[in-house]
Amino acid sequence: MLIIDCPNCGPRPETEFGYGGQAHVAYPADPHALTDEEWAQYLFYRDNPKGSYAERWVHSAGCRKWFNAVRDTRTYEISHVYRQGDPRPDLSKGA
Amino acid sequence: MGATQPQRLEVGGAIDRSRLVELVVDGTTVMGFAGDTVASALVANGALRVGNSIYRGRPRGILSAGVEEPNAFVLVKGEHDESMLPATTLELVSGLDLRLLDGIGVLDQKPDPAEYDKMHVHTDVAVVGAGPAGLAAAREAAATGARVVLFEQDFALGGSLLAQPDDLVEGLPAAQWVERVRAELEAAPEVTVLTRTTAFGSYDSNHVVAVEKRAEHLHGTAGDGVSRQRIWHVTAGQLVLATGAFERPIVFADNDVPGIMLASAVVGYIGRYAALPGRDAVVFTTNDSGYAAAHALVRAGATVQVVDARDGGPGERVAAAATAAGLTVRTGSAVVGVDGDVAVEAAWIARIDADGALVGDAERVPCDLVAVSGGWTPNVSLHSQRQGALHWDDDLAGFVPTAPVRDQHLAGAVRGTYWTEGCLVEGAAVGQTAAAAVGFTREDGCAATDLDVAAVDEERAARAGRTRQLWLVESREGGYATHFVDLQRDNTAADVLRATGAGMRSVEHVKRYTSISTGVDQGRIGAVNAIGLLTRLLTGDDARAIPPGQPGQDERVGAPGSAPDGIPAGGAPRPTPGAIGNTTFRAPFTPVAFVALAGRSRGELFDAARTTPVHPWHVDHGARFEDVGQWKRPWYYPRPGEDMDAAVARECRAAREGVAFMDATTLGKIEIRGGDAGEFLNRVYTNAFKKLAVGKARYGVMCKPDGMVFDDGVVLRLAEDRYFATTTTGGAARVLEWLEEWSQTEWPELDVVCTSVTEQWATVAVVGPRSRDVIARLAPDLDVSKEAFGFMEFRETVLASGIPARICRITFSGELAFEINVPTWFGLTVWEDVAAAGADFDITPYGTETMHVLRAEKAYPIVGQDTDGTVTPQDLGMDWIVSTTKDFIGKRSYSRASHQGAGRKQLVSVLPVDRSLRLPEGAQLVESGALGDYTGEGLPARPIPMLGHVTSSYHSQALGRSFGLALVKDGRNRIGQTLIASFEGRFAEVEVADAVLYDTEGARRDG
Ligand SMILES: [Zn+2]
Repeated sequence: MLIIDCPNCGPRPETEFGYGGQAHVAYPADPHALTDEEWAQYLFYRDNPKGSYAERWVHSAGCRKWFNAVRDTRTYEISHVYRQGDPRPDLSKGA
Repeated sequence: MGATQPQRLEVGGAIDRSRLVELVVDGTTVMGFAGDTVASALVANGALRVGNSIYRGRPRGILSAGVEEPNAFVLVKGEHDESMLPATTLELVSGLDLRLLDGIGVLDQKPDPAEYDKMHVHTDVAVVGAGPAGLAAAREAAATGARVVLFEQDFALGGSLLAQPDDLVEGLPAAQWVERVRAELEAAPEVTVLTRTTAFGSYDSNHVVAVEKRAEHLHGTAGDGVSRQRIWHVTAGQLVLATGAFERPIVFADNDVPGIMLASAVVGYIGRYAALPGRDAVVFTTNDSGYAAAHALVRAGATVQVVDARDGGPGERVAAAATAAGLTVRTGSAVVGVDGDVAVEAAWIARIDADGALVGDAERVPCDLVAVSGGWTPNVSLHSQRQGALHWDDDLAGFVPTAPVRDQHLAGAVRGTYWTEGCLVEGAAVGQTAAAAVGFTREDGCAATDLDVAAVDEERAARAGRTRQLWLVESREGGYATHFVDLQRDNTAADVLRATGAGMRSVEHVKRYTSISTGVDQGRIGAVNAIGLLTRLLTGDDARAIPPGQPGQDERVGAPGSAPDGIPAGGAPRPTPGAIGNTTFRAPFTPVAFVALAGRSRGELFDAARTTPVHPWHVDHGARFEDVGQWKRPWYYPRPGEDMDAAVARECRAAREGVAFMDATTLGKIEIRGGDAGEFLNRVYTNAFKKLAVGKARYGVMCKPDGMVFDDGVVLRLAEDRYFATTTTGGAARVLEWLEEWSQTEWPELDVVCTSVTEQWATVAVVGPRSRDVIARLAPDLDVSKEAFGFMEFRETVLASGIPARICRITFSGELAFEINVPTWFGLTVWEDVAAAGADFDITPYGTETMHVLRAEKAYPIVGQDTDGTVTPQDLGMDWIVSTTKDFIGKRSYSRASHQGAGRKQLVSVLPVDRSLRLPEGAQLVESGALGDYTGEGLPARPIPMLGHVTSSYHSQALGRSFGLALVKDGRNRIGQTLIASFEGRFAEVEVADAVLYDTEGARRDG
């Protein structure tokens, strides 16, 4: 059971949260300007790194707010949580 | 057996000799004392033999004194029989009635009437294991004022100290020292000591799950409300693992005969229980720890011969003590076999060479006990469950943790620290460190300076290198068929040989080929010995072919160009166990009953049941219910003598010919407010809502970005900045989450707020040609005429009863229909008012089955039944709902190649040629003629191309025949074709027709 530190509510158990996949994948400004391949990239392709991964979570059973977290896919350690719209943290500075 | 306890020593032990406890084993009464386990009572009665082995039926005896026991399993009879409990951990309480099991149990089919519950706790420090290391850690952490939870699976604290109650610990006899620490812990206000509690799972964020036995030991005096077992969910800031180590047996011929016992168990039965396992003993050891058993046996009056596999024998100190005690020690020797079937009668002892092969003749030594020690295996299960790193320590001859997991600490035998003083120092040190890590230090300032951990490390190194890695002892006759590796699974060295002979290399493959380590003891007895055997059977070349990634496996294994130390060059034999690694450790550490995991979540409490305010009426009127998500929805309302078909036919007729009503409260309801609510809905639904007039309603479909239908419902515009959307009954939560996702993550600039109002509104659908008359009576202030109250409009009004209501003209049946929305509180009253107002028209309640038939006749799809995440609105024949002028989520996908041209599956209806045949939903559809000579028996010679499948299937009262909806490849071009439905090994001809079968011109919705 992960303990996830909601930016609004503080540390809460994983069961209160929903998962939203990779963060910082914006809905294209004009989908119709994209080729089929580019649109397919948006629809179906996500990174799958071994290590730090910026991903979206929603505190479904709490504040209902979406936010982002950086989780290490090897250890499941969450090094950063930050609000929707905030920039991706500079991981080179460490946790 | 009997009542005499012939093997009970006169003095000693932590048993209460004033409390005799009677036990029934296979119908025979056995006496023991309070403080015994079932196994120690059996030992005291000279009954070492337990059930036979699982497959080969070989007589077996008590091997261990703990959770690693592979042989002594019992069934405890009771209101609910419980099987496969190890006698070695089962506390002796009065009234136990047992059956010895032959390695396998039978699940009692009677329900378990006992109560089980759960506890969720946060703590600063959790400590697993209450041996010397764990007690020292808990004591130090508690002294800082930190919250501490201490788990101990035994019913007594002390761990290894229990077996040696007279050893001095900090100047006190061990038993007294344990009592003193217990008193200190119990006096500390923030400390919870949980005995009889096994921490069986270790998860992320230091979430530890444990099971506590709470009632049996209270002899029926536990009282009401005390659960039999409790599952503890403990989240710890810091976790200390002081989980100890397990002794390994030795693999020699007939090493499973009753009377062969782990040396540490012999020490335990004598020291803790004053029960003597044998009077004439042979101690067979590969390391120094076996000598403790020899001394304990001598002190208890037994004769002892020590067989030490090491050529040089024991270390200096141990050798001196052995000489002082007058022990006979044979070095460089082994027990190569035993005589006896149901009990050991003699051991055969011989000198052995470096390979474990006999040198010279074996000597027969009569005995009734063979104590064995093949070295120690740290109990790393909880550490490894968290992917804590392990490595093979060739000097300690075991897999040991490389470093603790983050926010965890290791102390004592789990690190290979196998002496009490070392455990105390390590335990105290990690207790202080763990508390400090969560911000707690001792007020008296007494720091860890006097705890010389480095000295413990030096001492550990000095003591290491003293175990001979004797993985196999050859027998006098040759062959390995009785060299048992995993006693519970009845697997021998011959089975391991068979596995490697069949090409198995990875320890995971050998495990599955043989089943070693898959028994109740999960490899605690056999795993490392099996790995040791592999080091003898595999060559360096073999080892290089082993896939990497096993726990404890040298990381360089499998890396290109690497040459791990443990793998010799070329075809030379003997990689080390580190080249092979362990199988994966998984929860639970020891078995846990499902009923305990379920806790109170059984029966009615298994899942929340959601009911509408009208529910009591449905129950009173004989409704049959179906579960839709968590909702209990009326399915149909059978009258006396009616089956489901008859009831549904009657309900359908009422809705199409007269008037009927349905509880639609379960529909999801969401209010969307804000200045940009219209724009927001425009982007979310495929059709337009921005320009929908206040007071009007519109059906909408929402899709995922891939263009596939996600949910549907009707949206009302309540005000300029306020919409009210309904969702499918099962989709309410995910639709709300979906709306939140887009408004928060993609369009935060839009002024929009979404709120679930599902629980706030009760909805009654009034359906049928006479529904207008019923509504007119209920809402006298409302002009319900066709001209004044159009289709897809709604009105706010006050009912005759004085209840405010929002009435919509919406249909999900094609008939004239109204939906009355009132605050939930009034739901039942309004429902009853509808029933009364419609009584003259014989108004008929109907359930979900009739709703499904009526909507299917009109080809209104059910999202999730007629769609499956691969279906677009166009596939459903709803091109009209897809806006060509505005953009919305998913629109771009409709110009992808996969959405162009022929080949998509489209919704059509299928009419069985046999008009009475109701196709099963899911029946596959194929071209007629595609079957060839396939008869439905077995599999066809070649795959038959599938065109689609039946998604909905009913009998239509209106059509007087059966019908179905189906998704069929190019379905709309196939209208008029005859296809074959394939189901249950049968075939039936069906005609493809337009999806809408009833009232195709839509004339009935206005009444
Ligand atoms: Zn929150």
